[in-house]
Amino acid sequence: MSRTDKCLRPQNDEKLVFDVNSVLNERVTHYCPGCHHGIAHRLVSEVLHELGVADKTILVASVGCAAFTYDYFNVDSVEAPHGRACAVATGVRRARPDTVVFTYQGDGDMAAIGIGESLHAANRGEKITAVFINNTVYGMTGGQMAPTTLLGQKTTTSKQGRSLSNEGGPIRLAEIMAQLQGVAYSARYALDSVKHVREAKKAVRGAFDAQIAGLGFSFVELLSGCPTNWNLDPVAANKRIANDMIPVFPLGVFKDVADE
Amino acid sequence: MSETDRVLIKGNEAVAFGAVDAGCRCYFGYPITPQNEVPELLSSLIPENGGAFVQAESEVGAINMLLGAGACGVAAMTSSSSCGISLMQEGISYMAGSHIPGVIINMSRGGPGLGDIGPSQGDYFQAVKGGGHGDHRNLVLAPSLAQECYDFMFRAFALAFAWQNPVMILGDAIVAQIKEPVRRVPPAGAHKPKDMSDLARDWRIEGFGGRGQNAVPRLLKSVYLAEGALAERNRLLLQKYTDMRREALFDSEYTDDAELVVVAFGSIARIARSAVRRLRDEGRKVGLFRPVSLYPFPEEALRLCATGRRFLVIEQNTGQMVEDVRLALNGVSSVLWHGVMPGLFIGAGELIDPILQAVKEKS
Amino acid sequence: MSRIVFLEERCKGCRLCVDACPAGILRPSGRFNRQGYEVMETDGACTGCASCAVMCPDTAIRVFKSAKAKGDAS
Repeated sequence: MSRTDKCLRPQNDEKLVFDVNSVLNERVTHYCPGCHHGIAHRLVSEVLHELGVADKTILVASVGCAAFTYDYFNVDSVEAPHGRACAVATGVRRARPDTVVFTYQGDGDMAAIGIGESLHAANRGEKITAVFINNTVYGMTGGQMAPTTLLGQKTTTSKQGRSLSNEGGPIRLAEIMAQLQGVAYSARYALDSVKHVREAKKAVRGAFDAQIAGLGFSFVELLSGCPTNWNLDPVAANKRIANDMIPVFPLGVFKDVADE
Repeated sequence: MSETDRVLIKGNEAVAFGAVDAGCRCYFGYPITPQNEVPELLSSLIPENGGAFVQAESEVGAINMLLGAGACGVAAMTSSSSCGISLMQEGISYMAGSHIPGVIINMSRGGPGLGDIGPSQGDYFQAVKGGGHGDHRNLVLAPSLAQECYDFMFRAFALAFAWQNPVMILGDAIVAQIKEPVRRVPPAGAHKPKDMSDLARDWRIEGFGGRGQNAVPRLLKSVYLAEGALAERNRLLLQKYTDMRREALFDSEYTDDAELVVVAFGSIARIARSAVRRLRDEGRKVGLFRPVSLYPFPEEALRLCATGRRFLVIEQNTGQMVEDVRLALNGVSSVLWHGVMPGLFIGAGELIDPILQAVKEKS
Repeated sequence: MSRIVFLEERCKGCRLCVDACPAGILRPSGRFNRQGYEVMETDGACTGCASCAVMCPDTAIRVFKSAKAKGDAS
């Protein structure tokens, strides 16, 4: 590391214009090369840092690749059973209304096994933020079909490709969330390009702003790449997000009561 | 005690009053008979006391809300009945694995399946053997009076926080629905709600700022993947369950000179007590041993009264607690069993013959 | 001139930074870190736009911008 350490200090007229903040720790993640969880983590950490709320934040972790999210965030955390993060977060926020609470869940966790807990927490207007990583597969268990798997997409449990008649279509959670009265903020952005990542950051900020303002449940869906289970290299995986996912999962803010 | 301390209420209502008087701050639950008076009453009592009441979308939601509130070191509870308790087992296992306290009321129904809302003790195994996946145990208390429904709430919260573990109160339709005079006064020696938050200070999640700006973040979890880590976790849990044995509670009467000791818990224990007293009046040398805590099972106390006596286990199921009685006695005494089938409402008179038959039976 | 620093031990060799760089100055180096991943290197004038760092999933890139440099790193 000595080779880089020396270079890590600004020299002469230089300014450090891209750095990480203290909400993320220095641990190298367990995620695969090119996986977007790391970008999503950074965006959440930047928002918590900007808002200055990390010291009163509680992370509710889920099950899947994101199970170990708490290993990378310098915040108090609790593990939830598979799919139950929004219920656990409800208990946390109701017990400690003075905290900032967020869940970090994948598509299997939040949109399949946990859709009941998620929609009802949203509908009750629980003052929590859900960060939803949609990469169209179950990552941790080996690339099985997810509720967000695209039609025609081949996975280890939909070998012929997902079909509308047999497996149903991909669930568009951001749009569903926007329909619920308790939801203050619902948005979907992607992590496939610099422009989209910068938009995603604004959406994460919008979601936490809504929680802190006490407006209700806030939700941000991030279209993410899973090169390992898509059998694509990371650059090709980003192209798949742009070409195949975004047409099915349109980007934008679907609801923002602060703006209405 | 003044007469005004006494109120005529159902066991379910006693649970609710006991909960708030013991310092319960949050309730999460889903409607199911025969325990609905618990959430109905708490839906006003808890908010009046500044706490949070949430009617969950399901028992799965409820238990995980309890997990979240318990992780914050806040006294919280849920209540349900058999089928609902089955749905909660995953969450209960996670709570046990993560050392998270919480109180769970099971006013059980008959089963299996949808069964019946009548009395049953068919959930004994589920309650005392953990019930969920993995090796875990719940502390289990079995009230047989409405008064105990009130009093045991204090003990339940105290145990949950002392051991950072789920505590279950296992009742049935009889104790839940029976209306009896209850003294709404904290039992002697009851802890104060502040004791619980003091106990939780060292482990609860709260936002690290609550512990100073440079505090180390806390994590409550049950996953242990590193080599040897899960074994170590289970060793710790085993030690905890071993230490819990000191919390064993029982009641007994006429056991000193009894030739036959009836062993029964919960509602059946109060019916068996009437039968035993009636037989005593007739000069029969019978006694009653009632496990009050079902886990830990009062095996030591049972062993101490074993020599020279025979035992008759009476329970409203197809044979569950009898296994723990046999394990406790380990062949020292003979153990007979009489099962009352789930769903039946019986009186003391219906237990006289089975007890007399056991008295006559040669060991 | 601006510059970037690779924290090479954090790198997983995904090359998303290479793809993101509008100046096309990043490339695989042929060297491997202790995790066994091929790390990247720069060859050319960096504008300090931070596109590479924004796309890096492993927060393995730091960006320094000189006061005179053009380009936006916001």
